[in-house]
Amino acid sequence: MPLGQLFLELGTVILVLALVGRLAGRIGITPIPLYLLAGIVVQVVMHLGEAPEHFIHTGGEIGAVLLLFTLGLEYTSDELRSNLKANSRIGVLDFALNFTPGLLAGLLLGFPALGAVLLGGVTYLTSSGIASKILADLGRLGNRETPTILAVCVLEDVVMAVYLPVVAALLLGGTLLAVGLNLFVALAAFGAAFFLAMRYGHVLSRVMNVGSNEALLLGVLGLVLVVAGVADLLKVSAAIGAFLVGIALSGEVAERARHQIEPLRDLFAAVFFVLFGLQLELDRVPDVLVPALLLALVTSLTKFWVGWQGAARAGVQTRGRFRAGTTLIPRGEFSILIAGLGLTTVPTLGPLAAVYVLVTAIIGPVLARFDGQLAPLLERKKPQPAQGG
Amino acid sequence: MVKLDETPLPGVGMRYDFDGRYGKRIGVITHRDGRRELFVSRKDDPDATEKSLVLTEEESAVVADLMGGSTVTRRVADSMQDIEGLAMDWLPFDARSPFHGMPLGQTMMRTRTGASIVAIIRDGTPIPAPGPDMRLQAGDTIVVVGTANGVKRAAKLLNGEPIELPEDHPLNAANR
Repeated sequence: MPLGQLFLELGTVILVLALVGRLAGRIGITPIPLYLLAGIVVQVVMHLGEAPEHFIHTGGEIGAVLLLFTLGLEYTSDELRSNLKANSRIGVLDFALNFTPGLLAGLLLGFPALGAVLLGGVTYLTSSGIASKILADLGRLGNRETPTILAVCVLEDVVMAVYLPVVAALLLGGTLLAVGLNLFVALAAFGAAFFLAMRYGHVLSRVMNVGSNEALLLGVLGLVLVVAGVADLLKVSAAIGAFLVGIALSGEVAERARHQIEPLRDLFAAVFFVLFGLQLELDRVPDVLVPALLLALVTSLTKFWVGWQGAARAGVQTRGRFRAGTTLIPRGEFSILIAGLGLTTVPTLGPLAAVYVLVTAIIGPVLARFDGQLAPLLERKKPQPAQGG
Repeated sequence: MVKLDETPLPGVGMRYDFDGRYGKRIGVITHRDGRRELFVSRKDDPDATEKSLVLTEEESAVVADLMGGSTVTRRVADSMQDIEGLAMDWLPFDARSPFHGMPLGQTMMRTRTGASIVAIIRDGTPIPAPGPDMRLQAGDTIVVVGTANGVKRAAKLLNGEPIELPEDHPLNAANR
């Protein structure tokens, strides 16, 4: 294919994403679900040549790697430890109420056990990207319920730190012995990375922390891709390798790397969502439509309840509790990522997760901005946030 | 005396707020990237932000000056600071300082200003009695104790501004 055609088609796709992003900003939702839709539209309407398809594939994989790397970067700070202590109860409630529906739905739909565990992950994870965007866009950073919302997101990240390596190991499958071995390797790698980060993270961080921004960007990106590549060759997920690098970097270098990598991550993550839309088996969507909608309804309520409870514990009034609940509803980037991991194991997981993310990512932010109108309705129905939740 | 609440906002920064005498909650969010956000809460919904104002680091310094604060009197609330002849201050430290990334010993703080560094607060954790090898990072808060003038000199030293030493100071000779 001539280079001109590659650029033309790729440029068109990216420009469409830019337009979609602006549209999303205009109507006040995040672009993630729209990127998914863009991927679906490209799949249906426009047939990409092999080269752009190839680029999107590679770019999407890099996007997944960078998403997890930046998640890992968030990890080793003290905020997490204090959060874990202060909010562990709400974290347990969150996990119990939001992981279980996905798990049960997976089993009811006849998924293999691992597929059900993946679906549990999909329904569990609030999109911290969407939540923080709602908070910033609506000027709610100073609100009293905001620390609760952020704490829930942080705790979910912590759970992901254990969940992802385990799931990645289980996905490799094979005999019981092989699975056990993979699991052991994954947990050992995670434990080692965590230990090294705590103990020697400053050494790696100092080595990587060069003065020049350019050298820092190249150094970090190179390291992330090399580790991801090695992880992939060792049949551990590439994204998990990147995640471990993120955990190992800490302090100033993590701060600087985040600034440097974020624009790249945004670009490639958008490509990742397009890729996901592009790969969806559309003919399976009708089959999963009803379960996805039901699941979205149920887990929106459970997530809402978690936010409501958390905010109530922080001494926040009804309207603030309502905002906390609705802000936590949207699922996004990591739900898609988890579904992406399991596409080969459970083909219906992709369409199911896509519909699910589309629904929750739209109703959450929409509800979040009508606290003044909707919260009073709940106040009458629930003068006391019910007992035993 | 104003009772200031401190709440970490993971991924964003730190929130400081208090209940104002005239019925509103007032606060400042220090974002990790250095921006400051000034906000007031709504009267009908005290949990929510009514108005917020995002300022750059430089702008917020100007606003602080206009409001009558200075780096040295910023947090003069604790009784510890009331000991006659002794001042204590929390000095913010950022990448613009000439000592950024340098070991603490190189500031020669006590020799040059008469004030001592008693602790460094990094990522919200205090590190008491830091050794001379400890490197200063952007985002640190440096706790210094000394005479009021000594603390002022310490703030200038860290900002890379020239400092006036007392007439009889031995370093005066060396500087000339």
